[in-house]
Amino acid sequence: MTIKFGNPDRPNSYIGKTVPRPNAGRLVEGRGRYVDDIVLPRMVHVAFVRSPYAHANITSIQTDDAKAVKGVLRVFTGADLAAVCTPWVAVLAHLKGLKSPPEHPMAIDRACWVGEPVVAVVATSRAAAEDGAELVEVDYDPLPVVADMMSALDKDTPVLHADLGDNLAFQRVNEEGDIEGAFADAHKVVSAQFSTARHTGVTLEPRSILVDWNRAENQMTAYHATQAPHMMQSVLAKHLDLPESRVRVICGDVGGSYGIKVHVYPDEVATAAIAKIMGRPIKFIADRLESFTTDIHARDHKISAKIAVDKDGKILGFDVDDWTAIGAYSVYPRTSAIEGNQVINLCGGPYDFADYRAKTTVVFQNKTPTCQYRAVGHPIAVAITEGLVDMAAAELGMDPVEIRRRNMYADDAYPVTSPAKMRFEGLSHHQSMDKLVSLMDYDALRADQAAAREKGIHRGIGIAAFIELTNPSPFMYGIGGARISAQDGCTVRMDPDGSIVAMSGVTEQGQGTEAMLSQIVAESVGVFPSKVRVITGDTQVTPYGGGTWASRGAGIGGEAALRAGRALRDSILEVAAAILQADQSSLDIRDGEVVDSDTGAARMPLEELGRIVYFRGDTLPEGLPRELVQTRHYITSDYPFAFTNGVQASYVEVDIDTGEVTLLKHWCVEDCGRIINPQLVDEQIRGGIVQGLGAALFEEIHYDADGQLLNGSMADYLVPMAAEMPDMIIGHVETPTKESALGAKGAGEAGTAGAPAAVMNAINDALRPMGAQVTDMPFTPDRILRALGTIDD
Amino acid sequence: MSEMFRDKVEIDLMVNGESVEACVPAGQHVVDFLRQELSLTGAHASCEHGVCGACTIRVDGEAVRGCLMLAAQLDGADVWTVEGLSDSDAIRDLQDAFLDRNALQCGFCTPGMLVSAEELLSKGGVPDRADIRAHMSGNYCRCTGYEAIVDAIETVARQRAEKSKS
Repeated sequence: MTIKFGNPDRPNSYIGKTVPRPNAGRLVEGRGRYVDDIVLPRMVHVAFVRSPYAHANITSIQTDDAKAVKGVLRVFTGADLAAVCTPWVAVLAHLKGLKSPPEHPMAIDRACWVGEPVVAVVATSRAAAEDGAELVEVDYDPLPVVADMMSALDKDTPVLHADLGDNLAFQRVNEEGDIEGAFADAHKVVSAQFSTARHTGVTLEPRSILVDWNRAENQMTAYHATQAPHMMQSVLAKHLDLPESRVRVICGDVGGSYGIKVHVYPDEVATAAIAKIMGRPIKFIADRLESFTTDIHARDHKISAKIAVDKDGKILGFDVDDWTAIGAYSVYPRTSAIEGNQVINLCGGPYDFADYRAKTTVVFQNKTPTCQYRAVGHPIAVAITEGLVDMAAAELGMDPVEIRRRNMYADDAYPVTSPAKMRFEGLSHHQSMDKLVSLMDYDALRADQAAAREKGIHRGIGIAAFIELTNPSPFMYGIGGARISAQDGCTVRMDPDGSIVAMSGVTEQGQGTEAMLSQIVAESVGVFPSKVRVITGDTQVTPYGGGTWASRGAGIGGEAALRAGRALRDSILEVAAAILQADQSSLDIRDGEVVDSDTGAARMPLEELGRIVYFRGDTLPEGLPRELVQTRHYITSDYPFAFTNGVQASYVEVDIDTGEVTLLKHWCVEDCGRIINPQLVDEQIRGGIVQGLGAALFEEIHYDADGQLLNGSMADYLVPMAAEMPDMIIGHVETPTKESALGAKGAGEAGTAGAPAAVMNAINDALRPMGAQVTDMPFTPDRILRALGTIDD
Repeated sequence: MSEMFRDKVEIDLMVNGESVEACVPAGQHVVDFLRQELSLTGAHASCEHGVCGACTIRVDGEAVRGCLMLAAQLDGADVWTVEGLSDSDAIRDLQDAFLDRNALQCGFCTPGMLVSAEELLSKGGVPDRADIRAHMSGNYCRCTGYEAIVDAIETVARQRAEKSKS
C-alpha cells in the first residue's frame, strides 16, 4: 500500500490539500446541534447546590423549602446518589505511589473545595431548579484549609484526607547520568525559580450533558459534550451498575474542549445517576461560575531549576525540582499526576546532553482539582528549559539562536533516546530553526530592536524550541489500568449511489477531524471528498476508539481511515473486475469511477457498480465477495509516543513606565509529520499559540488563603481578545512518522506548548539591559514593574 | 428569584421577518426566550453576563447581547438572529469568507461573531486590521486565535468596497 505523497498530480490527491470542512457550513448558519440545543420529551433540568467552603463538614441539609418551589420535582443529597452510584478512585498502576481517596458524584458528610456539588435540585426548568437550589439550607462546620502548595507537606499542615496519611499524591524522580558531577565540573551554572499560574480552559460552550434512562429498553443514552465517548460509556456503565452495552454516548457538536471535556466530572455522573433514578431525561448545563469553579484547572506549578553549561555553551545537565498542587482529588480516570509526570519527562527535550535530574512533587489542597489541559505539562517544561537556555546564553554572551544550534539533536541523529528516556523516531530541530530564522528575518529584527532601543523603546526577541508528545500508545493510560483506548477504528462503506460513509472513533470539537477524515477516505477510495459523509461521536455506531486527546485524531484515527479506505477500494475493484471481466490489478478508482489504471479510461461509475451489487446481485458470480464495507483499526506499537518538534519566536515591546507588554508578532515553525490539510494545521497552531499567549500575559485563577476562588467570571479571569493578539507566521517542516502509511503526527498542542516560553524570553530580552527578569507567569504589568524595581511594596 | 420575576409580560414583535406574539416571564433573558420559546438555538449562552458575545443578536439594527436584555423589553422590536440572517442571505458573503478562511473551529462563538462583524461592515469602508480587532474584542473565540476571523472580515470589507465602486 503506497501513496505517492510527493506527487501532487497523483489521482485523488486530497491528502495534503486544503479541502472544505463538511460540518462548518451548518455551524456558520447557527445550525449546529450542541447539547443545550437538544430538547427531549419529559426532559427536566438539574441545578446543583455547591459548597461555599473550601473544607467543611456537612452537618445538616434542609430541602423542604426547595421542594415547595413551583416546578421543583426532586431534591437529591450525596447519600441519595451513593445508593445508585459507586465512587471512583483516580489512580493508575504505572504511576507508582499515586494515591487519591474515593470520590462520589456529590459530597457526603464533607466538602473539599469551593464548588464541590452537595445537593442536586431537579425541576421543570433550569430557572426553577436554580430557585429551588437557593432555598436548600446546608449547615457546614468549617475545617482547616490546605491552600498553599509549598507548605502542603509540612508537619504542622493539616492532612486533607486522613486515610491517606499525608498530603502527598505522587512523587517521581527521573534521573540519568551523573548530575552532581555535571554541575561540579560546569563552566557556568544558572539557577532560576519559575511559576506557571493556575489556568482553566474557558470553553465557550460550558460543560453539558443530557442523560436519558429508558427502563423499558434497559438503555441509557447520554448526549454529552465530550472528547472521549467510549471512555464515558465505560465509566457510566461501571459506576451506575449497567452493562457497557446498554450505555450509549452521543457526542454531537462540541463548543470547544482543549482537554477540559475529556475528564469525568462529579456533577455529570450525578446527572446520569439522577436520570437512572427518575427514569426520564435530565439536562445539566454548567453556568459560567460553575465552569470556573468546577471545570478542571491546570498548570499550577512552582519550579526551582538549574542548567550547567561548558565554556562553549554546550549543555551539560538540567536539574529540575517541580511542585504542583492538584486540588482535593486526583481526577478520574486519567489522574492528576500526569501533568507533573510530563514536566519531568519533557524538560531539556530538544537538546543532546547527558546528565539529567527532574523531580515532581504532587500535593493535595482544598481547591478545584487539576488535570490535563491542552499541551499537558509542555508549556511548563518548555518555559523551564528555554528560560534556562536563554539565561545561560546571556551569561556566556552568546546569541540565543546560536546556543540552541550548538545543543539541539542533529537532524540525522535519530532514532535516539533522550536523558529523560523519551524515544525520538525522527525530529527536525535544525531545519526548523533555520526556517524560523529565515521567516522572521532574525538579523533584521535584531537591527530593529537595536534601533528602537536607541529611541528608548524596549523590544525583545524570544525563542523557544520544543518537543510535543502525540499519537499516544497504551503506555499513556492503558497500562495503568484505565479503560481508555489507544487504538482507533474506522468503518468505510459504499452505498448504492456510489457515495461513501466513514464512521470513526475519533471525535470532532472544531479541529476539523471530519474534514481530515473525509479527505483521507476520499483519496484512499478514489472519490471526491464531497462524496464522503463522516459520522463520529456515537458509541452505538462507530468503531471502538479513544476519541480526541493528546493530538491523536489525525495520526491514529487518520491511519485507521486510510487503511479502511484502501481495503474498501480493493473490495470495490474485486467486484468491478468480475463485472468488467478484467484483471483487478489493471483497474483503479478515480473521481468516483472505476477506470483503467494505465490509461485512466472510464470503465464504470461507482453508482452503476452499486446498482448491480445492491439490486442485481443475481448477475454477479456466485461466491463473489460483495461486502462493500471495511473496518480497520490502528494502534502505534514501535514507539510509546510520536514526538513532534518545533520552534517559536515572539517579538514584544515592553513599556517600562506602565509594565505593559505589546505582542508585535509571533512565529512558529513546527513538524507534525505528514500534513493532511495545511489550513487546518495552521489554524490549530494559531489557536494553540493564542492559548499560550493568554498563559504568558493574562490567565491566572486566584484563590485567597481560605481557598476561596476570587475571579470566577470572564470579566475577572482574562483570556485573550482580538485586540491584544498579534498576527502569526506559521511554517512547517515535514518528517512523517515511519510507523504509519499516512505518516501524520499531532498538531493540536504545539502552539500552546511553546508560546509562553517564547514570550517570557522576549520580555526578558527587552528587560535585560535594565538588569530585570521575570519568571512568574502571567507577566502582568504589576510583575514587570516589580522586576524593574518601579514598585516594591 | 423574586415572585415579581415570574409575572408574565405580553410582547408583540418581529423575529427574522416573522410576527411573534408571546407571554414571557418578566425575568427571562432574550437569549433564553429565543432558544427556549422560539427554538432559535443559533445564539448561544456562554458567559451570561455580557462579556463573551456568543449570544449577540441584532435588535432594531444594533448588535445586542442576548444575555443582557430581557425578553419583556422586546415589545415592538425587530429582531434578527443568525438563522434569519442566513435564510435571507443577508450575510452570505461573510459566512462564505468565514468558511474559506476557516475562521471558525467549534462554531460556538460564530453566530455572535457574525452579527458583530456585520455591524462593523455595515458602516462601510475598509477598516484596518487594528480597527477590526478592536471592534471584535467584545466577542471571545477560544479556538482560532482570531487571525482568521480578522482576515475574513477584512476580505469581505474589501469585496464590498470593490462592489460599491463598480
